[in-house]
Amino acid sequence: MKRVRLGTGAGYSGDRIEPAVELAEAGDIRYLVFECLAERTIALAQLAKRRDPSAGFDPLLADRMAAVLPACRRNGITIITNMGAANPHAAGAAVAAVARSLGLGPLRIAIVTGDDVTEIIRARQDLTIEETGAPVSSLADSLVAANAYLGAEPIVRALKDGADVVVTGRVADPSLFLAPLVHEFGWAADDWTLMGKGTLVGHLMECAGQVSGGYFADPGYKDVPNLARLGFPLAEVAADGAATITKVAGSGGLITGATCREQLLYEVHDPARYLTPDVAADFSGVSITEAGPDQVRVDGGSGAARPGSLKVSLGYSDGYIGEGQISYAGPGALARARLARDIVAERLRIIGLPLRELRLDLIGVDAIHGPELSAAAPEPYEVRLRVAGRTHTLKDAERIGNEVEGLYTNGPAGGGGATKMAKEVIAVQSTLIPRELVNPQVHMMEVQP
Amino acid sequence: MKLRELAHSRTGDKGNTSNISVIAYRTEDYTRLEAAVTVERVRHHLGALIQGEVVRYALPGLGALNFVLTRTLGGGVTRSLALDAHGKCLSSAILDLDI
Repeated sequence: MKRVRLGTGAGYSGDRIEPAVELAEAGDIRYLVFECLAERTIALAQLAKRRDPSAGFDPLLADRMAAVLPACRRNGITIITNMGAANPHAAGAAVAAVARSLGLGPLRIAIVTGDDVTEIIRARQDLTIEETGAPVSSLADSLVAANAYLGAEPIVRALKDGADVVVTGRVADPSLFLAPLVHEFGWAADDWTLMGKGTLVGHLMECAGQVSGGYFADPGYKDVPNLARLGFPLAEVAADGAATITKVAGSGGLITGATCREQLLYEVHDPARYLTPDVAADFSGVSITEAGPDQVRVDGGSGAARPGSLKVSLGYSDGYIGEGQISYAGPGALARARLARDIVAERLRIIGLPLRELRLDLIGVDAIHGPELSAAAPEPYEVRLRVAGRTHTLKDAERIGNEVEGLYTNGPAGGGGATKMAKEVIAVQSTLIPRELVNPQVHMMEVQP
Repeated sequence: MKLRELAHSRTGDKGNTSNISVIAYRTEDYTRLEAAVTVERVRHHLGALIQGEVVRYALPGLGALNFVLTRTLGGGVTRSLALDAHGKCLSSAILDLDI
């Protein structure tokens, strides 16, 4: 039975680069997939593009391509990535520039667009925001951008057209991996069982190191070797959709039934209905079997007909966040941090700062799990006050950090290491649109030898 | 005994919804987890951290439970004021459950 090997080169925008090079050089893979686009990243990229029409794609794109393209060309590896973010055309041009500078032509670069549905959303104000039930029109002028999650189809088209590199904007993460399987095996797009199996492989692979021992270690309970040299995963997939998840021999990390089970349920709600643009995947009957050291066999994915709608991320301007922090240590640290917290709370009232929301945390005490779960914990040696607030203006946001910093000369004894920041918030909500309204396109660029 | 002795866990986020898996180290412990780690126990343990609904999905074949918690992430990672805006540390909170 025909088999295809694909590797994950990145699981998020800032991910390590060397594991991708290792896969390209020693993974014996046919495809290398870089998933770099989180929920909010694309809206931020839209803002960057608005300021500079040549910007708006992944800032590490050129570095990643320069690192992996030589080995990918040598070994016949096709690259698939959503690093195009808000500007796949500019990203494609950046890939071409890297290829030219390294003398790596000929190279066919496919650019997938059509995910930017901002104008469609502006014209369809009756659509409902999933999280609030309010109409999209309630976002009004605060809407920055709307991007639909595309499926595997346009990537399959690009691969059929001989692409060596496929650059997309918003595409559902598992679809980046499903596409080469559909292309290689000639799977029918309405074979929901195979779409489910391929989506299962994509879901396990999409966060890179998170299935190969990253984000897993808990010393004494779950020990993982050599995380500083973590190997990213590769999947060997058979034409019937069964797969083995493994990694390059000698790399760090660990692939076991447990690492795969943790990743299988990561960001999943109903395991029997994991919705993507390609399929309503069903992971409820998945079997995970250890087949050898760092080799896990995965099968039993299934699926039902794909949803009639596509999910759309709505990036919108949601005011500003200001934050300040300061530390206290040694005897009485907790009491001084609490006093500092109360002073800042009162100061914000005295100066009448218009706050939409305020949060006062003691890092080391209650900042993560709140006061209830930490109530019985012993007093820590050092404590850090963190004050964060939501405001209508940047100026107001900056005043929050200033009030914390002001504790240096106006607050309790021994405060140190004050920091402050203020930022604009681009928040994301979602809506659904009929898939007929979205028209994915593939443009091919050629780099000559 | 703490849940941590029998199970491991990972938290994921989508928008303002968090999911927390609870996975038995040994599949023979699954039925014990299914009986002990109920929606009510999780809701009581996490208390004010949960603002919305709690739904539990059972995956006996994988020895795992999956909890889905709505309106738990301060509006979601893109706008939350929380230090852990993803709610990633919730997995460690649930492993502290007494069973």
